[in-house]
Amino acid sequence: MTEKISLNVNGKTHVIDADPDMPLLYALRNDIGLNNPHFGCGLAQCGACTVHLDGQPIRSCITPVSSVADGKIVTLAGLGTPEKPHPLQTAYVEEEVPQCGYCINGWIMTAAAFLRDNRKPTEAQIKDALSGLKCRCGTHASILRAVKRAAVQMG
Amino acid sequence: MTRHDSPRNFSRRAMLKTGGALVVSIGMPISLDTVLAIGSASAQNARPPLTPDQLSSYIAVNADGSVAAFFGKMDMGQGLFVAIGQMVAEELDVPFDRVKVIMGDTATSVNQGGASGSTGIQFGGKQMRMAAAEARRVLVEMAAAKLAVPASELIVVDGVVTAKSDPAKKASYAELIGGRYFNIQLQWNKQIGNLLYAPGEAQPKPAAQHKIVGQPIKREDIAPKVFCQEDFCTDLTRPGMVHARVIRPPVAGSTPVRVDESSIANIPGAKVVLDKAFIAVVADKEWDAVKAMQQIKVDWSDATPPFPDQTALFDHIRRAPVRHAETQPKEAGNIAEAFGAAARVVEAEYEWPFQSHACMGPACAVVEIKDGQATCWSGSQKPHFVRDGVARTLGLPMDKVRAIWMVGPGSYGRNDADDCAADAAVIAKAIGKPVRLQYMREQGTGWDPKGPASIHRARAAIDASGKVTAYEFTSKGFSRIDVQTNGSQPADTLAGQLLGVPLVVNDGFGVPAESYAFDNKRMAWETIAPLLDRGSPLRSAHLRDPVGPQIHFASESFMDEVAAALNVDPVEFRLRHVKNARDIAVIKAAAEKSGWVPRPSPRRDQTGNTVSGRGMAYAQRNGTIVAIVAEVDVDRSSGRIFARKFTVAHDCGQIINPNGLTKTIEANIVQGVSRTLWEEVKFDRKNVTSVDWLTYPILDITETPQTIDVVLLNHPELPPTGAGEPSIRPVAAAIANAIFDATGVRIRRVPFSPERVKAALS
Repeated sequence: MTEKISLNVNGKTHVIDADPDMPLLYALRNDIGLNNPHFGCGLAQCGACTVHLDGQPIRSCITPVSSVADGKIVTLAGLGTPEKPHPLQTAYVEEEVPQCGYCINGWIMTAAAFLRDNRKPTEAQIKDALSGLKCRCGTHASILRAVKRAAVQMG
Repeated sequence: MTRHDSPRNFSRRAMLKTGGALVVSIGMPISLDTVLAIGSASAQNARPPLTPDQLSSYIAVNADGSVAAFFGKMDMGQGLFVAIGQMVAEELDVPFDRVKVIMGDTATSVNQGGASGSTGIQFGGKQMRMAAAEARRVLVEMAAAKLAVPASELIVVDGVVTAKSDPAKKASYAELIGGRYFNIQLQWNKQIGNLLYAPGEAQPKPAAQHKIVGQPIKREDIAPKVFCQEDFCTDLTRPGMVHARVIRPPVAGSTPVRVDESSIANIPGAKVVLDKAFIAVVADKEWDAVKAMQQIKVDWSDATPPFPDQTALFDHIRRAPVRHAETQPKEAGNIAEAFGAAARVVEAEYEWPFQSHACMGPACAVVEIKDGQATCWSGSQKPHFVRDGVARTLGLPMDKVRAIWMVGPGSYGRNDADDCAADAAVIAKAIGKPVRLQYMREQGTGWDPKGPASIHRARAAIDASGKVTAYEFTSKGFSRIDVQTNGSQPADTLAGQLLGVPLVVNDGFGVPAESYAFDNKRMAWETIAPLLDRGSPLRSAHLRDPVGPQIHFASESFMDEVAAALNVDPVEFRLRHVKNARDIAVIKAAAEKSGWVPRPSPRRDQTGNTVSGRGMAYAQRNGTIVAIVAEVDVDRSSGRIFARKFTVAHDCGQIINPNGLTKTIEANIVQGVSRTLWEEVKFDRKNVTSVDWLTYPILDITETPQTIDVVLLNHPELPPTGAGEPSIRPVAAAIANAIFDATGVRIRRVPFSPERVKAALS
C-alpha cells in the first residue's frame, strides 16, 4: 500500500508515492534521486545514510518515510556547495580524508550538528560525539584532523 | 572534472575528437618522409586496436595538448592515480595538471591486473612510465622531422619541443599529434594482468632529473565526494532497470527445493529468479525488492550443518589432513640435526581467525544486456576480470562484454564485488531487463569471501652458548585462494558455484618475508580442504595483504619470544640476525624515531591497573620493507588494549608521492589495529553469524591511535615497490609484543579482544 508523502529535502518540497514503512533512505535515493546518503547496513549501525532532520543527525535507513512529517531534511548535498562549502567539507578536502568515501555522510553530518552545538570541543569530546560511526578504510586519523580543523574555523 | 575522470564522462573518442582522426604511424627510426607517407595513407577515422602492444593503449595526446593516461590498474581510494599521473607527466615533460589518468573501463584500458598485490606503482606505474617515455621519444622524433633539427638537439619543456640552438624552432605536442592516436608497437611480454610489461625503445629518465616524481601532490578527487558530485556504482540507474536481491540459505550448503511465489504476490512487480541453487527476487522499486527478499517463503533442502563449533576451529585446522604442502625456499642446513643437538628449544603456536572484508556497504552491480552485448558497472577492484567473468557467466564472447568500474563501498582484496557482478549478470539474463543488485549488510559481511583462518607453529633451537642454531616456521590453514583473487572464472563466484559449475581446487598460503639468517632454517606452509566446498560463506580468498598479517603476527611474535628467552632487547635481537642492509636500516629508523631504549622485554617496573609497553615487528613484502614500533596501554581489569602510538619506518624504493604514501600507511595501520584487536568472523554449525557491525565489530574512532609517526626512507635510485599492503603486515605482532612488554603475558590468538586479554592476564 502506497500513499502520497510530502518531504522537505534541502529546501525543496517533494511529493512521492511510497510505502509509509519504507525507510527514508530509499525515498531520498530512489524517489528524489540524491546520490549522497548511502546504504551501509540498514540497521543504524554505521552512519553511511545519515541526514539531518530539523538539524539533528538521524539514520535514514531505519527512519520510516512517513515519520518525518513536516520536518526539514538536509543531506550532505544540502550542507554546502563548492561555492559555499560547510567548514567540514573544506576541511575534508584540505585533509584529503576519504579513501573510498562511502562513509562520509555519517561523519560529516554527525560532526556538523556536533560542532554547531559545541564550540571549541576537546578531542575526547569529538571522539565521543563520533563514536559508533564506521570507516572501514581506516581514515580515522584524517577524520579527526579534519573535524578539529573545522572546529577551529567554527569556534 | 577530476583528474581521474571516469570514462563515462571522458570517453576516448570525445577526448581525441578533432578534425579528421589521423592515425600517425611511425616507424623507428623515423624520417619526415615516413611520417608524411604513412600519415597521408592512414588519414582514416581509425585507431589502433586496444591491445597491450600498442602505445595508444596507454597514452594519448588530446587536441589541446593535454595527456590521457589509460591505466589498467585501479586506485581504490589511496590516490594511486595521482602517483601515476606524476610518473607520466615526468616522462613526457608536461605539467602534472595536464595529465588525466583514466581507469576502470575495459573499453579504454588493457588489463594490467586491477588493484592487486600493491603493484599499482610497482608494475602498473612501471608500465605507464615506460609508455610515457616512449611517447616522449616518438614526439621528439616527430619534432625533429618537422623542425629539421636532430633529436639530440631538442629539449622538451611543458609539452613543447624546442631546438636548443634556436628557441624559435619549436613544436608543441598538440601540434605534433594532438587529437590523433599513436600507432607505435611496443615490446609486449605477452602477459596480461600484473605481469603485463610492454616497453618501447625509450629509457625512462634517471631519478636525478625528476621534478614531478617525489612531490607531495594532493588528490583532487575529494571535493567531488564531499560535494556529492560523483556517483558511486550504487547510484547508477539505467532505463527500465529493476532492483534485485539475492536469497542466501539459512544453513550454508542447503539449496532451495520449493519456492512459494504467492508469498510475494502482493508486492508490485516482484518476481523470482530460480536456477538450480541460485535464487533471487526482483521488483521495480528497490524497497519492494527488499520486502520480497524478506517475505519470500523458500523450503530449503536438509543440509548437514557444515561447520565445526567455533571453539573447535583451530583444533579442526590442527587435525585436518594436509592437502598441499610447500617449503619456501628450500630448507637451509639441516633442521632435524640442529634441533637434535639443541641445548634448548623455544616453541610456540599462534592462531588467526577468519576475517571479513566487511566493506562500508555491501557490494552493488548493475548489468544491462542489450543486442547481444552486456555492460556491467561494478565497484570491483579488477574490472577487466569482471568483464571476463560476466562473459563466461552469460556465455558471451569477451568482446561483447564491457565492464565499467565506478567507485564502490571500499575494496581490500577479493571481496563480494565480483560475486555481485556475476549474480547481477545471471539475474539480468533471466529477467531480460537491466538489473541493479545490491547485497544486504548480512550478505556483505556474512557471505563475502573470507581471509583464511590459520595456525602457525614456530620453534627455535638454541645452543649452550645462547646462539640460535635453527629456526622452523610452518603455517597450516585454509587456502588463500579457495576462491581465486578475481571473479574471471564462474567456479570462483557464488553464482557459478550455485549454478553447479565444476569446482577447481586451488592451494596457496605463504611464508614469512624477512632476512633472518640462521644456519638451519625451514619455512613451510600447509593447506587444508575448505569446510564446505561449494557456496560457502567461509570460502577463503585474498583480504588485504593476503595471509601476511597472519604469518607475520606469528613469525614476528616468535622472534620476540626468542629474544625474551635469551633476555635480549627485541630490536637488538633483530639487528643481530637480519642480513638485508635495507631491512637493518628500516628497523633502526623505526627504533630511533620511536625513542627506543634498549632493554629486554618484558618490563617489570609497573604496578597498577594500566600498564604500558612497546613492541617491535618488521617484515618485507615484495621489495618493500616495514618496521613498526607499537606502544600500547593495557587496562588489566577490563582487558582493553589501547594501541596508543605507532612509529612506522617504510622503505618502498623510490617514493613517487610522499603525501599519498604517508596517508596510505596511516590508514593501513588503523585497519591493522582493527583486525588485530577486534576482528573475528563468528559462525555456528549452520552458518556465519557475523552479519553486521555488532557481530563483526571493528575499531571505533574513540580507539584511534593518538600518534602514527611515519618515517619514509626514500631510495630514488631504486625502482618503486608497493605500499598498499606492506604496513598492515607487522601490526599485529608489534601490538602483541608491546602487550608482552607491558604485562609479561604473551597473547597468541587474534583478535586481542578485552575478554581474551583479560582471561590471559588472570
